[in-house]
Amino acid sequence: MIQFDAVHKRFPNGTTAVHDLTLDMPEGGVTVLVGSSGCGKTTTLRMINRMVEPTSGTIKVGGKDVTRQDAAELRRSIGYVIQQSGLFPHRTVLDNIATVPLLLGHGRKRARARAAELLETVGLTAESGKRYPHQLSGGQQQRVGVARALAADPPVLLMDEPFGAVDPVVRTQLQDELLRLQKELNKTIVFVTHDVDEAVRLGDRIAIFRTGGHLVQCAPPAELLARPADDFVADFLGAERGLKLLSLKTLAEVPQGPAPEGAAWSLVCDAAGRPLHWAADDAEVPVRPLKDGDSLLAALDESVASPAGLVARVDADGVLTGVTSRNDIHRHAGRAHTEARVAA
Amino acid sequence: MTIDWSWISGHTDDLTTLTISHLQAALSAVFFGLLISLPLAVVAHRIRPLRGFLLGLSNVLFTIPSIAIFVLLLPISGLTRTTTVIGLTVYTLVVLLQNTVEGLDSVPAKTKEAAKAMGTRPLRTLLTVELPLALPVIMAGVRIATVMSISLVSVATYIGDGGLGQLFTDGFQRDFPTPVIAGVVLTLLLAVAADALLVALQYVLTPWRRRRA
Repeated sequence: MIQFDAVHKRFPNGTTAVHDLTLDMPEGGVTVLVGSSGCGKTTTLRMINRMVEPTSGTIKVGGKDVTRQDAAELRRSIGYVIQQSGLFPHRTVLDNIATVPLLLGHGRKRARARAAELLETVGLTAESGKRYPHQLSGGQQQRVGVARALAADPPVLLMDEPFGAVDPVVRTQLQDELLRLQKELNKTIVFVTHDVDEAVRLGDRIAIFRTGGHLVQCAPPAELLARPADDFVADFLGAERGLKLLSLKTLAEVPQGPAPEGAAWSLVCDAAGRPLHWAADDAEVPVRPLKDGDSLLAALDESVASPAGLVARVDADGVLTGVTSRNDIHRHAGRAHTEARVAA
Repeated sequence: MTIDWSWISGHTDDLTTLTISHLQAALSAVFFGLLISLPLAVVAHRIRPLRGFLLGLSNVLFTIPSIAIFVLLLPISGLTRTTTVIGLTVYTLVVLLQNTVEGLDSVPAKTKEAAKAMGTRPLRTLLTVELPLALPVIMAGVRIATVMSISLVSVATYIGDGGLGQLFTDGFQRDFPTPVIAGVVLTLLLAVAADALLVALQYVLTPWRRRRA
């Protein structure tokens, strides 16, 4: 969908921001660009909608060379979400979202109707449409930023550290929300971040950049974590690379069985069968029941925390379905690593 | 110093005419001042080297004595309202140009960047993003220019205009204080009323700056 071919960007002050970049970003996928500051990831993103012009090389979106199109028209056809939202402070939330439809000449009424629809899509109340950006929380502003980018239903979405300025809890919510939206909308998304965890969580593919604008490796997260191309990538991914890989696997494939009878610790459930806590002779320890969709990393964590060495498994209603032992989880964790290596 | 109330009640028509004429001169000056300042400010804001020159020029113009300006204009526009308005307009430039440039400077880079990235062309960005966001600072300049112009109109009495200023010459020549006091009070009321109206106008024009519960 987006193709970089031998793209160079040198700024007038002589620094090379992007060095000989050839990269394909597939349609309907999330490509995350990561790297420390000054590695050229943001410049790469901004060249796609011509906020920055390449020094040499070609960039194509949907097969068409971007430099051969009118810059303003190109930008209207590509959604853009900026750091700290970049909303227009003098326009209501609704009018902010309606920006691109209005530029496209859709008429105020139609543009506002579309904007109202999008408020709901990004999880905001209809009432918040009448507010001004400064009356919203940081997380809400970021949602408006996403809605604004989606307003003209562009096939491509560029996101430049969109969740960088919100606290970790809201950040996780916004990431969940984006994954949910992406399942529905299936856009081609280019996402810039310096947070490896965010990259692993959101990316179908992750491109790692090194200072000087060199692309070091571009691969699906599991492959990247299992087989980093060099020490730079390994260092960048961090010491807990192995654990991060487990965050990509779910508990679903790990078998479960009935809780063993007569052990020192037993699981106490309420009348409906929902786990309450682990109990021994005169002690109680809290339990964190896990669902099939939870990650292998969460399971590993719980298996270590559980006094019985068992993870309580529940269905969507929170009713106990069985338990899984520490050993089973370890075995599957190890297998996940081997598979990722072999697949790569 | 006593006020002759019968003179005032006998001259309400004259006072009304002079007040309207006074206000008209002052507002025309602010209007033309804005008309000149807006494009010049955009140029000064965009082209850095011209900025110092244009702001310096408006400062220099401000230092020319009013009588000198009128004398210079006499051969061109004579003893007319035009001369008054041109003279006053020259003085408004110093505030209006400065404030408009500062207003444009105050627009956050991130907001302009967002407008560009959404596909807004430069002229539309100027009209629908930069000027509205610069409005509070521009309006501060308009308020000063308006009050200043209202107080300055009287100077044009030299060339036979001057609105309420004519009451001053009249009073001095006849050693009769009532017209002078009436002129001062009316000028003051005009200034206060115009300023209050501008504050209200700004409130209407900038709904995003209102505090809401």
